Amino acid sequence: MIPELGQLALILALLLALAQSILPIIGAWRGNRAMMAVARPAAFAQGFFVVLAFVLLVWAFLRFDFSVQYVAENSNLALPWYYRIAAVWGAHEGSMLLWIFILNVWTLALATFSRQLPEPFVARVLGVLGLIAVGFLAFILFTSDPFGRLLPMPADGGDLNPVLQDPGMTFHPPVIYMGYVGFSVAFAFSIAALLGGELEQAWVRWARPWTNIAWAFLTCGIVAGSWWAYAELGWGGWWFWDPVENASFMPWLVGTALIHAQAVTEKRGSLRAWTILLSIFAFSLSLLGTFLVRSGVLTSVHSFASDPRRGLFILCFLVIVVGGSLLLYALRAPKVAGGKPFAVVSRESAILVGNLMFTVAAAMVLLGTLFPLIGDALNLGKISVGPPYFGLMFPLLMLPIVLLLPFGPYLRWGKGEVPVLKRVMARAGLAAVACAIIAAFLVDGQMKAIAGVAAAVWVAVGVALYVIKRWREMPRGRRYPAEMAGMLFAHAGVAVFLIGVLLSESLSVTRDVRMAPGDVQRIGGYAFRFDGVTETQGPNWRADQGTVTVTLNDKPIAVMHPQKRIYTREQVQTESAIDPGITRDLYVALGEPMDAQHIDGAWALRLYSKPFIRWLWAGGLLMMLGGFVAAGDRRFRVRRVANAQDNATPDKVTAREVRA
Amino acid sequence: MPMNPTRKRRLVIVTLVVAAAALAVALGVYALQQNMNYLLTPSQVQSGQAGSYKTFRLGGMVKGGSIQRDKDSLKVTFTVVDADGAMPVEYTGILPDLFRDNQSVIATGHMDSAHFVATEVLAKHDETYMPKELKDAMAKAHGNKKMPQGVDQGDAGQGGAQ
Repeated sequence: MIPELGQLALILALLLALAQSILPIIGAWRGNRAMMAVARPAAFAQGFFVVLAFVLLVWAFLRFDFSVQYVAENSNLALPWYYRIAAVWGAHEGSMLLWIFILNVWTLALATFSRQLPEPFVARVLGVLGLIAVGFLAFILFTSDPFGRLLPMPADGGDLNPVLQDPGMTFHPPVIYMGYVGFSVAFAFSIAALLGGELEQAWVRWARPWTNIAWAFLTCGIVAGSWWAYAELGWGGWWFWDPVENASFMPWLVGTALIHAQAVTEKRGSLRAWTILLSIFAFSLSLLGTFLVRSGVLTSVHSFASDPRRGLFILCFLVIVVGGSLLLYALRAPKVAGGKPFAVVSRESAILVGNLMFTVAAAMVLLGTLFPLIGDALNLGKISVGPPYFGLMFPLLMLPIVLLLPFGPYLRWGKGEVPVLKRVMARAGLAAVACAIIAAFLVDGQMKAIAGVAAAVWVAVGVALYVIKRWREMPRGRRYPAEMAGMLFAHAGVAVFLIGVLLSESLSVTRDVRMAPGDVQRIGGYAFRFDGVTETQGPNWRADQGTVTVTLNDKPIAVMHPQKRIYTREQVQTESAIDPGITRDLYVALGEPMDAQHIDGAWALRLYSKPFIRWLWAGGLLMMLGGFVAAGDRRFRVRRVANAQDNATPDKVTAREVRA
Repeated sequence: MPMNPTRKRRLVIVTLVVAAAALAVALGVYALQQNMNYLLTPSQVQSGQAGSYKTFRLGGMVKGGSIQRDKDSLKVTFTVVDADGAMPVEYTGILPDLFRDNQSVIATGHMDSAHFVATEVLAKHDETYMPKELKDAMAKAHGNKKMPQGVDQGDAGQGGAQ
């Protein structure tokens, strides 16, 4: 009975989403206030039913309702309750439900906090969000029903994919979806602006915190995913250029460009059309990402067996969303273009260069990711693109950004002052060169590591100089408004990230070895002694657990317990053991027994020493923090009220006034 | 036609952007060409299709009972088969969790005389699922013959991975 209730809730939500999208958009077009007024209540009602459906699925998991096929396939009696909740989004159907659930969270927040905006605009924004909801609800109802029954009901279920049974994995998908779906707000704004034919700076100001929050969530999700790959996939890498990682990375790249472009549009009115285009791209790539992960078109760790009906639906949906919004853009963008002119040396130019690099990088990743599909279509054979392609292209494209980064805050809008920039360049450059020389002695002349130190110092000194400048020149309380503090956090995060990536990439030592109990392996000053394997057990797995004692100069540092787990359905999962540290991680993973009959004999082990690897996640978290802090700026809230008052005399700069 | 400063600046900017774009595209194409890995099955390799590639991916099933470990290193040899081909593979390192007899596998590496030296071995999927691209490649290699499930069922019994 309860699963059918869930299905019914989804059907009602679909009908309400239709009402939420069609009526207000027509209303805004015809100037019909009654039709526009439908948007908010319909959004709230749709939200209610989607939340209800989601809660019912969670309930089915908690109650072990194996008569629901999705529950039976992804959980069993031995699975702990927290993983049963995580199992809700552990496979295709549930993750689609999570997507629409989060879309409704964003929509509800938007409906609640948008009272100051002009009514036709809100009607259009909510209408566009409604249209997206229609697409997803239809997709769920027609191809991916999470409430489908399984009769006769089995006594016990299957299992949640063991790689997902990890604390990090319980929140990784919701967080990454918060990011993906959050870009739908910027998208809806842009489409609404195109439909209305005008884009007020005030609206962009209002949209900025939303985009920042979405971006911060996406950053957090990517960091969590990378951490999970490192700790849980068992082999110590933190980024594989896997299609699914790329799928989350492309919207991030475009989203990073977008939050900067929005700043330009809000403050100067320039780059309007570009900002709109970026919002369309960011959301389209999020959609592509969602589907790429789940459709099984590309072979990846995350993909599930595919269903041709789903693929077709996805293709149609993508064509409608991407094609439709680009068509609208082509028709209407000239109407919203405008803004103040700017010199070659100006903050606008610097942001534009950065934007181009981010967009090109996203295009590069897209090409590499979809190349197997292209090769397939052109009958070139089965092709995949190796990580070295990305590894070569990406740093090259990011180099100009890193070089420009220290100047960003010093550059004035409109026209920058060259002498100031020269001073910054001299100081940061000097510091970078000095640190690189010192580093060269410490790292044995490893070029990558030296470049990492130089780049990180270059960025960090640039940020620090600006922090000092503000401290000296501004009165207390006005030194670091949240927006600026966020920017400084995020830029400092880039420096920390650079240290982490380049030092760990160049200085890591990996050793795949065969070890019998008592054997010792040395990496640097660390001695790893293998003390054999014993059997152990968990709630829904049994495991062979190794013991490795690590000593440094004969002083014991850590006792590590890597495991090889076997889950309920005989799935094997490697659990690595990590000894964390600020300057290095030690990492041990258990391979296989050399003789399957005698697990107390020799084993294959992978030993790692990874200097500074934690810094790359720390850098990512700083960027995330920057996004959240910037979104909290009072300016975004205070002015909104002011705008509501002077709505009668808006400061809009439409095409007619600016462009000849 | 005389150039005013604005127009001149625009021209400079456009030239720079075009040059940068051309450079990026050239680099991208180069990097792509260097890193395209083809997926081939043993019979395709034996019919000489791998000739021109330095590195490629070999896909197929691990032949039952063919996994041989070296006594005192991490070297392991096994045979990858499809319907009408078999290819001995040599690999040094730790095999993935799902690697076992009669499982689909994709190995990246190069040919060394008559055998394949793998630098990476992937066996990502569970026992009921074969990577789609591998299924297609195998189907193509055999002119859309149905992918045989029992190529090596004969010796599956003595395989005994677990």
